[in-house]
Amino acid sequence: MNEDLSDRKIDRSKMKISDEVAIQIEHMHKWYGEFHVLKDINLTVHKGERIVVCGPSGSGKSTMIRCINRLEEHQQGRIIVNGIELTDDIKKIDEIRREVGMCFQHFNLFPHLTVLENCTLAPIWVRKMPKKDAEEIAMKYLERVKIPEQADKYPGQLSGGQQQRVAIARSLCMNPKIMLFDEPTSALDPEMIKEVLDVMITLAEEGMTMICVTHEMGFARKVANRVIFMDGGEIIEENDPENFFTNPQSDRTKLFLSQILDH
Amino acid sequence: MTDITAQEPRQYTPGEHPDLPPPSTAIGVIAWMREHLFSSWFNTILTVLILYFVYDVVSGVFQWAVLDATFTGSSAKDCTGGGACWPFVTNRFGQFMYGFYPEELRWRVNLGYAIAVIAMIPLFIERVRRKGWILAFLLVVYPFIAFYLFYGGSFFGLLPKGSGLEIVETARWGGLMVTLVIAVTGIVASFPLGILLALGRRSKLPAIKTFCIVFIELWRGVPLISVLFMASVMLPLFLPPGITFDKLLRALIGVSLFSSAYMAEVVRGGLQAIPKGQTEAAQALGLSYWKTMRLVILPQALKLVIPGIVSTFIGLFKDTTLVLIIGLFDLLGIVQVGLTDANWLGESVPVTGYVFAAFSFWIFCFSMSRYSMHLERKLHTGHKR
Repeated sequence: MNEDLSDRKIDRSKMKISDEVAIQIEHMHKWYGEFHVLKDINLTVHKGERIVVCGPSGSGKSTMIRCINRLEEHQQGRIIVNGIELTDDIKKIDEIRREVGMCFQHFNLFPHLTVLENCTLAPIWVRKMPKKDAEEIAMKYLERVKIPEQADKYPGQLSGGQQQRVAIARSLCMNPKIMLFDEPTSALDPEMIKEVLDVMITLAEEGMTMICVTHEMGFARKVANRVIFMDGGEIIEENDPENFFTNPQSDRTKLFLSQILDH
Repeated sequence: MTDITAQEPRQYTPGEHPDLPPPSTAIGVIAWMREHLFSSWFNTILTVLILYFVYDVVSGVFQWAVLDATFTGSSAKDCTGGGACWPFVTNRFGQFMYGFYPEELRWRVNLGYAIAVIAMIPLFIERVRRKGWILAFLLVVYPFIAFYLFYGGSFFGLLPKGSGLEIVETARWGGLMVTLVIAVTGIVASFPLGILLALGRRSKLPAIKTFCIVFIELWRGVPLISVLFMASVMLPLFLPPGITFDKLLRALIGVSLFSSAYMAEVVRGGLQAIPKGQTEAAQALGLSYWKTMRLVILPQALKLVIPGIVSTFIGLFKDTTLVLIIGLFDLLGIVQVGLTDANWLGESVPVTGYVFAAFSFWIFCFSMSRYSMHLERKLHTGHKR
């Protein structure tokens, strides 16, 4: 757990959950060949919600959030993002991807572009923004993640934590309505985890709708309004963080929590 | 010099240790030589042997090319020194460069070269902006200009008949000119074709994928000689009577398609080396397939395979010599034609001619190789990830 996080006061004034539905997943199934990875997933995410998804590795949590922006294809059921249903229609997929940002475990920055170019690429080529405006926005977000001075460096010259913050800034430059985080701190050294989580907390404070796959239970406790526990491709338990940690319902959740909280 | 090892190393308290200069035995010419040339008795022997060998070769070449060589003359009879017979090259230099292109019209070829070179210069200057336009000019507009200058005629029927430059049939082109025309066309055509084929081979759409695999494997499976034979002997049999295709054009198409198959495999190697996360990140940002490829994947993949791409180009450049068998005279071909001249029947003439041809090829291929090294260094952006 990240104890450092506890010294940060969280400003909940803007963390409002509206009635508007941001993501709706209904009876979603997915198979990899014969292997049934996601079984009957039902999830409704409202605007402004901060959801943490946890579970043992191989439980399908990454696959689930990757279905939301169609990096993985689901085979049964419905996924509706911002009122648009995900189908094979490429136009709709692109429309959804413009509104949904994503951060990856391995950052996936573009190594041949500078930090600034990484951030302006999508606004220029997808949003057709003039280069100057895109750079202005990029600098704004790089300041927000506290690395404006690295704008002209290449990703390979940055530390892991810095790279992940750039990756977050890169997503934010598209002004997404929803952010997906796929284990954003798992590939980082402990001292760098905090700087990334800090940025994520700031985002949450600003009212961003977030789904985070993470093992940072400290983050879940502080920021999430809902914690989802997955195992074997199913959602086993869904609860507010307080109850989730103090009073888990299922045995599998208890076992998982005991394993990760013991250290 | 005092013995360093005998000195007591100075003690510093942690945190105050300054950056010390490296010991004198680790830097400088002497240190380099000691480490790389004379590190053991075996290496010392090797160094001496190789130095002797280099001296032997260099002095031999110098003897042949300069000391014993003949520099002026008008036929093989003048070459009596036993060394190189340079008059063979100087007397026929025009032919080696332009083939049977009419002498009074060779300025057109030179002008064509000059336009290309002048347009290319800004590409190599770092500060110049809008290189894309220059490149577009070179790739889209220039081929037409070059064609008109080299071939002449009515510029695809746009100019009134009778006006325009005098037509020079491609059969009269030759020498370095043909080598360059084939190589440059092949390079320029095979690069984009190869990229498309490589992308197609990785496509999820079965029809495109199958087509690309069949195309690549077919062209890679046959030798270039048979491709050229097919183009010049077989193809006319399949065409309706009366329709003729320029021989050089057929060779150009054959060479381009042939090398695009090789290019495709080189590029595919680069594409495979790019982690899947790059595509995913680009897609997650909303970039379409083509934009993902153009802006994210290909710049990285092509950079990785620059050595392979340039190897293919160099191979292509040298393969142009094979057009000899379909009756086109490239640089090597025209040198060989010169050797059959009764005026130039002498012992030292063939060697001189071949050395000249080899050296000319070497200059071009070596320049390409150097340029690729320069590109690699320039595009290096630190460690991946």
